[in-house]
Amino acid sequence: MSPDINPLVLLFASIFTSNILLANFLGMCSFISISKDIKSANGLGMAVTVVLTITAAINWAVLRFILLPLDLLYLRYIVFIIVIAATVQMLEMVIDRLSPALYMNLGIFLPLITVNCAILGVALFIEIRSYSFVQSVVYGLGSGLGWWLAIMALAAIQKKLEKAPVPTGLKGPGITLITIGFMAMAFMGFSGMLSVQ
Amino acid sequence: MSSSPSQLLKDNLWYNNPIFVQILGICSTLAVTNNLSNTMVMTVSLVFVTAFTNLTVSLIKNLIPRKVRMIVQTLIIAFFVIIVDILLRAYLPAISKSLGPYVGLIITNCIIMGRAEAFAQANPPLISFWDGITSGLGYMVVLLVIAFFRELLGFGTLFNIPVLPSSFTPWTIMVMAPSAFFLLGSFIWIAKTIMLKQEGGKK
Repeated sequence: MSPDINPLVLLFASIFTSNILLANFLGMCSFISISKDIKSANGLGMAVTVVLTITAAINWAVLRFILLPLDLLYLRYIVFIIVIAATVQMLEMVIDRLSPALYMNLGIFLPLITVNCAILGVALFIEIRSYSFVQSVVYGLGSGLGWWLAIMALAAIQKKLEKAPVPTGLKGPGITLITIGFMAMAFMGFSGMLSVQ
Repeated sequence: MSSSPSQLLKDNLWYNNPIFVQILGICSTLAVTNNLSNTMVMTVSLVFVTAFTNLTVSLIKNLIPRKVRMIVQTLIIAFFVIIVDILLRAYLPAISKSLGPYVGLIITNCIIMGRAEAFAQANPPLISFWDGITSGLGYMVVLLVIAFFRELLGFGTLFNIPVLPSSFTPWTIMVMAPSAFFLLGSFIWIAKTIMLKQEGGKK
């Protein structure tokens, strides 16, 4: 019953036209708090992309082979969040073993990802739109890349904003949100090309 | 933070409002606010989940080993969200459908985890319950204001009832993503300016 969408189209759509952050508003908390510095933004973006791709695949399998056959769909929130937490934990150990330098870089960002709603959001979208395995992985990867792109762009803009004469009351989150609003408008420009549902 | 009930109410509704002071849980703020009925259902669900999570965490806080408390809190939250989800599916199927994944995403709403960590972990059950309710109300007020403007200008309706004359051209941008960011940004600007004035007045 999977919708008939070419994976390449889905990849493009999830990065640009249906950007998980700017169109679906997911993963905002860490997006706003981490985006002040380009290096951290890059680290977090990378981590989110990796976790999203892996958990999209695992959660698809869990949904298709465990939850649906056993008629336990109502347990999906708990199961998805446990899968996500376990993946993050596992990834943390693997990265620590393979590349301590990368581990030091990502250090604080990895645990934060568990509570990033983009990850759970993607798992739930996969369930609602009944994507196939390939579509799920591509959607996870594309959403991650889209999130990464958005946070890098915002971090770069924030660098300039530091020097801008912003009214005191608007400083901080206020101006950040309005900036994101403009970014969302810019990304909407892509939406005439194609859309996923 | 003082923990008298009235002080908590003031803190959570204004001085320490989860949305415009702590900037927590704004994903759903933005996503569900293009329609007042959806917003109402979503915020009532959040008040319910926050209040009961706080109560539960406070009740069993001495039983949870510190190391695993995050995962226990997450499971408690997920438990209450499942209840909400099942209730919505049964009694308000249309709204449940249009909220889509956002009901499930209450789990990752940082307000709940934040209050459980910052308040319920260290306070007795009843006051924690109250803290949960008031935090949820602080969230509700902001969301309803934003939803009011978005629905009024975007569709010309309130709670799906047309209120503006048919000669009014809906501002389509209001129901789309960017307007949510603009409105919340402006809202934070106004609130912060008033707060700065208050602080200035005190000195």
